[in-house]
Amino acid sequence: MSKIKVVHYINNFFANIGGEEKADVPPEIREGKIGPGLALESSLGEEYEIVATAICGDSYFGENIEEAKETLMGMIEKYDPDLFVAGPAFNAGRYGTACGTMAKEVEEKLNIPVITGMYSENPGVDLFKQDIHIIETSISAAGMRKAMKKIADLGDKMVKEEEILSPQEEGYFERGIRVNYFNDVRGSKRAVDMLIKKMKKEEYNTEYPMPVFDRVDPMPAIKDLSKIKVALVTSGGVVPQGNPDKIESSSATKYGIYDISNLESMKKDDFMTIHGGYDRAFVTENPNLVVPLDVMREYEEEGVIGELADYFVTTTGTGTSVGNAKGFGEEFSKKLVEDGVGAVLLTST
Amino acid sequence: MKLELGKIMIKDVQFGEETKVEKGTLYVNKEKIKEMVLEDKRLIKADVELARPGESVRIAPVKDVIEPRVKVEGNGQVFPGIINKVKTVGEGRTHALVGSNVVTCGKIVGFQEGLIDMSGPTAKYTPFSKTNNVCVVIEGREDLETHEYEEAGRLAGLKVAAYIGEAGKKVEPDEIVTYETKPLLEQVAEYPDLPKVGYVHMLQSQGLLHDTYYYGVDAKVMVPTFMYPTEMMDGAIVSGNCVAPCDKVTTFHHFNNPVIEDLYERHGKDINFIGVVLTNENVWLMDKERSSDMTAKLCRHLGLDGVIITEEGYGNPDTDLMMNCQKVAQEDIDVVLITDEFPGRDGKSQSVADTVPEADALVSCGNGNVIEYFPPMDKVIGTLDYIETMIGGYEGSLKEDGSIEAEIQIIIASTIANGYNTLAAKGY
Amino acid sequence: MVKEIERAGIPVVHLATIIPISLTIGANRIVPAVSIPHPLGNPKLSYKESKELRKELVGRAFKALQTEVDGQTVFEN
Repeated sequence: MSKIKVVHYINNFFANIGGEEKADVPPEIREGKIGPGLALESSLGEEYEIVATAICGDSYFGENIEEAKETLMGMIEKYDPDLFVAGPAFNAGRYGTACGTMAKEVEEKLNIPVITGMYSENPGVDLFKQDIHIIETSISAAGMRKAMKKIADLGDKMVKEEEILSPQEEGYFERGIRVNYFNDVRGSKRAVDMLIKKMKKEEYNTEYPMPVFDRVDPMPAIKDLSKIKVALVTSGGVVPQGNPDKIESSSATKYGIYDISNLESMKKDDFMTIHGGYDRAFVTENPNLVVPLDVMREYEEEGVIGELADYFVTTTGTGTSVGNAKGFGEEFSKKLVEDGVGAVLLTST
Repeated sequence: MKLELGKIMIKDVQFGEETKVEKGTLYVNKEKIKEMVLEDKRLIKADVELARPGESVRIAPVKDVIEPRVKVEGNGQVFPGIINKVKTVGEGRTHALVGSNVVTCGKIVGFQEGLIDMSGPTAKYTPFSKTNNVCVVIEGREDLETHEYEEAGRLAGLKVAAYIGEAGKKVEPDEIVTYETKPLLEQVAEYPDLPKVGYVHMLQSQGLLHDTYYYGVDAKVMVPTFMYPTEMMDGAIVSGNCVAPCDKVTTFHHFNNPVIEDLYERHGKDINFIGVVLTNENVWLMDKERSSDMTAKLCRHLGLDGVIITEEGYGNPDTDLMMNCQKVAQEDIDVVLITDEFPGRDGKSQSVADTVPEADALVSCGNGNVIEYFPPMDKVIGTLDYIETMIGGYEGSLKEDGSIEAEIQIIIASTIANGYNTLAAKGY
Repeated sequence: MVKEIERAGIPVVHLATIIPISLTIGANRIVPAVSIPHPLGNPKLSYKESKELRKELVGRAFKALQTEVDGQTVFEN
């Protein structure tokens, strides 16, 4: 029986190609295992074989990310691996970033299990923990054997598509992925227990630490709005009658772009709202309450704005994940830029 | 206020000549129920079907679920101010037909009604797969405006539940539980050494399909108030909403509020359960500010040391939840929140729409965006016509063989944010 | 969505009823809207008055777009 093929990624240091002074060595790949690969292969056991080891200097990788990524991918792909292991990088920041970058890339391109390992303070942890499984390791290579054991155990489960247990049980960094399970105790009772502990100043664990939302710097002010093309975007769920693109009434996975070039106002016979989060009676009667086309045309006429874009962009806000909303925004913003839109009014219900 | 809740355990439901309870079996008179529903001229058709645990039955679109109860002793009747005269309830004795429910269903009002599977892999998500359900299938007049249709459906369910509840009036309960909360000063004096705990109960109040009623008052026009927990056990609060199906606090859940039950469980042992602060979730920002201000003021006024807050719905009600949390915490009161999560199908996004740093103790009721497969059922009570437009459904959700692929938020009360279920989410 | 538009280099103003959510998710220029079921207008007013209110809110959004901001700013009037 042929063995399960593993490709291992390490930096120049672990490949015994000098130290920091050689951190600029470009990507290469060698058949078989090297250095920490020995511990990896023995931990994985008889069924597995490290068919190749990809190597790159950390400085080279950091300074030529796109190129290094592409070159390494080409090399790795040829071995048609079933599992990709990077590092572990312990507390080496640039190495951690390289391991994370390559693991993520391999997972996306080859759609195979990937895994790496890092020390908790390695900056690569925050950069990649949401995308890939990163085993928590000790600060230095002294913990290599232990780390490789955990990497091998989890990697083996991933290859065999066995259930992956919680971060605590498997030893990887929490990826921030919310997964359902049935607790032994109902929620209200857990809340009462938590409150009693909190009042007694005893330690308790919240079941959902408050999330962080990222920020973006504001664009500078517009100097002369009368020369600007303005577009309307809404999360209020206003769509043409019949909802042609079948946008969901909640937790949307789609958005729509609809023509308004020949319209002076949003007529109730032409548009409807599918938003599942509010009483729709008012907007059903007058969709301008969400997409203010009527007054935009007046401002256009008055010359306050240069012109109104020929279309509006719409989706349902309620329950729509930030991930989806971000995806929509990235996608339609490209179109807005292409179409010369210089300002956006985004309305939410 | 002291209430004895007599629990009559119902193990089966059957049609019969007479509506009665005999040896744990509930018999219901189908014709009588139909007649009663059709008294409302806004409804033109009514049918009654039964659904028992384990049967291959799917019920949709479900509007409300109501446990049959009846007042045996004490003031007033169930659902005061709605189908009975306004009178303060919560005292005396009440009988409940535990293990049976009235389920109203039929042509959809909005997107918010959900489904119940009595068996199969998705039955585990809803408490109503484990109860013997009397399903009242209604049809409104063609020209009926949606608010009117919602009201007609709501009243029909309450009337039928009260009617069936009467059958338990003279039956000896299998179990009697006594709940008591005294007037504030006496209650505080009873357990002077125990921390004083309150429950902030947020009622959904955003308009059509998002309304809740307290003694007949629409919650969106009330200001936060204080009530005895036992009032809820007699139907002082009824649901007129469907929010998202998974989040719906049905009238059943108002009767059987789990936070109240679990606080009573520790009452006199670890805590002194003082009572319930009732507040709303409105659509104007000014209302949210005012209600959360008043909620915090009431909690302080009552001298509470700790508070549990629950919400109904997600999205902007998260703001009410967070405002309540922050303002109550700023009164130096310990706060625990219960909510459910909507981090997307991949579970990777933020679970709530709003946050405050004070929300440092939170209980999760699960991720409502998870996709499940609902195998076909032998029988559908109601209709599957609206599955794809219901919350949790999407284009292609309903397959030709009657199976469904949808987010679990399409299931009634699957991630209900008051902690009734054991479903939870954790970080992976 | 609002951040992605800004990230793409287009100035954007968020007309939203629930300002706390807008602040939480990270919009920079925010104009308070009327109410969730009718953000840009008020059905209790006459059609004409409601439309004037809408025009006023959109006008405020234009003002926001033409105002330099350091960080998150709510344009109350």
